[in-house]
Amino acid sequence: MDEIFQHIVNAMVLGSTYALLGIGLTIIFGIMRVVNFAHGELYTLGAYVAYGMVALLKLDFFSSILVAAAVGMLVGALIEFVFLRRKDLKNIDEVMLIMIGIMIVMQNLELLAWGGVAKIIPTPFSQDPISFGSISIAPTRLFVFGVAAVLLFIFYLGIERTRFGLAIRATFQDQDAARIVGVNVKRIYTLTFALGSAMAAVAGALLAPMFVATPMMGDLASLKAFAIVILGGLGNLGGAALGGFLLAFIEEFGASYISSAYRDAFGFLVIIIVMLFRPQGLFSVKERVG
Amino acid sequence: MNWTLFFVFVVVLGLLPVVWPDPYVLSVMGSAGIMIIAAISLNLLLGYTGQLSLGHAAFFGIGAYTSALMSLGFSVDLGFGLTWQVDAKPVWIAFLTAIVVTGFFGWLVGKLAFKVRGAYFVVITISFAQVMRMISLNWTDLTEGPMGLISIPALTLWVPGEGVISLTSKAAIYWLVLAIGILAYLLVAMLVNSRQGRAMIALRENETLATSVGIPVTYFLALATIISAAIAGAAGGLYSHTVRIIDPDVFLFIYTVTMVIMVIAGGKGTLGGPVIGGLIFGLMPELLRGVVGPEVQWVIYGVTMIAILLFLPRGLVPAFYDFIAWLRKPGAEQPRKSKSSLVQGANS
Repeated sequence: MDEIFQHIVNAMVLGSTYALLGIGLTIIFGIMRVVNFAHGELYTLGAYVAYGMVALLKLDFFSSILVAAAVGMLVGALIEFVFLRRKDLKNIDEVMLIMIGIMIVMQNLELLAWGGVAKIIPTPFSQDPISFGSISIAPTRLFVFGVAAVLLFIFYLGIERTRFGLAIRATFQDQDAARIVGVNVKRIYTLTFALGSAMAAVAGALLAPMFVATPMMGDLASLKAFAIVILGGLGNLGGAALGGFLLAFIEEFGASYISSAYRDAFGFLVIIIVMLFRPQGLFSVKERVG
Repeated sequence: MNWTLFFVFVVVLGLLPVVWPDPYVLSVMGSAGIMIIAAISLNLLLGYTGQLSLGHAAFFGIGAYTSALMSLGFSVDLGFGLTWQVDAKPVWIAFLTAIVVTGFFGWLVGKLAFKVRGAYFVVITISFAQVMRMISLNWTDLTEGPMGLISIPALTLWVPGEGVISLTSKAAIYWLVLAIGILAYLLVAMLVNSRQGRAMIALRENETLATSVGIPVTYFLALATIISAAIAGAAGGLYSHTVRIIDPDVFLFIYTVTMVIMVIAGGKGTLGGPVIGGLIFGLMPELLRGVVGPEVQWVIYGVTMIAILLFLPRGLVPAFYDFIAWLRKPGAEQPRKSKSSLVQGANS
């Protein structure tokens, strides 16, 4: 029984970062209809920025996460401005391929810059796990969960309670109508992409201390982000958050009780199954196929 | 299709080992050729039915593994006291089995994945390739996992007077790839110029309209996927019997991306596109090797891909035809334009 609680705790921690990753991807898809293959690279970027700040510039871990968010935001805005603004976004395949091109370039620049050796990101937390009865959790993980949960909450407030959030929701529902009532859709696009990228970068900066940073870590992150987003329904923000936790639970329990070798395969199997029976996603009420 | 150009091209390629018998050149051309066959198969799906499959490496890999396993023989414990044992089969039988098996997987994926379109279809095909990779990595009884399969036998040929020979020399492999490449090209050319091909193009242009005039969507999409998968499987089989060693990396996403770049760069929905794009992107890594490191090669690769998508989104072959037409009659209505704008219309 305790074992199950331990798995639940692990899954919650993992799920919180997955949710960040998924929301970033799904907001970009929901608003711009862009399938962002570079998402995993922004995640990697976040991890390396955090590493650079902590290990090389001796910045503290907390500020390094903020720097990672800022860099992710900047790079995201740049990608949108340079590559996507000039393209007709309705042309979904071409945009997808441009994003794959960006993915290849970013990944190999990361390889060039950092080499293939995995980097360990030092954190100020002690290695000794905190125990609650028979359940133990490493302080780093607890911190990761806390930050992710706070960010998810801020994001929710931002979307639901601010004017900017209102503009985003309006663009989400109907671009033309949003444009008519004076929403600067182009600016929303840039901001959306920057915001989504920042979330991926933060997820990278948060997850990397739990594992290690490698240039190839983005590949799996991208695919997992897709799995999360598909679970929740493409473009469904709440669904992506739930999907993140769901994927973490599937992986954690699948790895513990079925086969740990196939840990990463469960997500893909779930994608295929969800696609076959509920292509609109598990948590969508309404079809949102572009 | 321009037959004269086709024959000139085939003769030039066929004579290459005679005029330039450099083993390195032939080996590079042979590997590029295998990727070109895969690109030709992808073009049928991407260019003619308009479905972007980003899991095409799965078919390539399934073909490679099936052909290798059939020619090596295997014995797998299925649990419940059952054993699945296959003795080593002659190489060509293994090769043909691989084509049939990949065709079956194509049918399966087509049947399942075509319930959805666009981004959803893309994600299903990616997931399919990933699951295949996980299986190849982890089902060690069958696939040897990350160790891969080694000592895969080469394909053989009966030559009058010589008896049965193994196709292991660089020139023999090159000709073998060329021959199968020509077969694949002609098969796709025949298909797209047939009634079936026109139905596929109609689906690409306007699915609702095509359905309304009675074209069975699922049937034609499944047909295209089966043939496309079978050709990709043949390319995979060729790979495993010429390189003679395979590992789970054949399922990597980057191979799918390579095939997609080849098709897009050359011009999707044109017969020559995958060949031209395949020659460029198949030879580029070799030309860059020695000049720059592998990371820089990939950066150049990615930048070229983005540049082509931004500036020549229809690909090189249509752009070339437009250019010829423009040379002949500057400013006038271009005869090819109507056809290529139709191709472009499919993407928008």
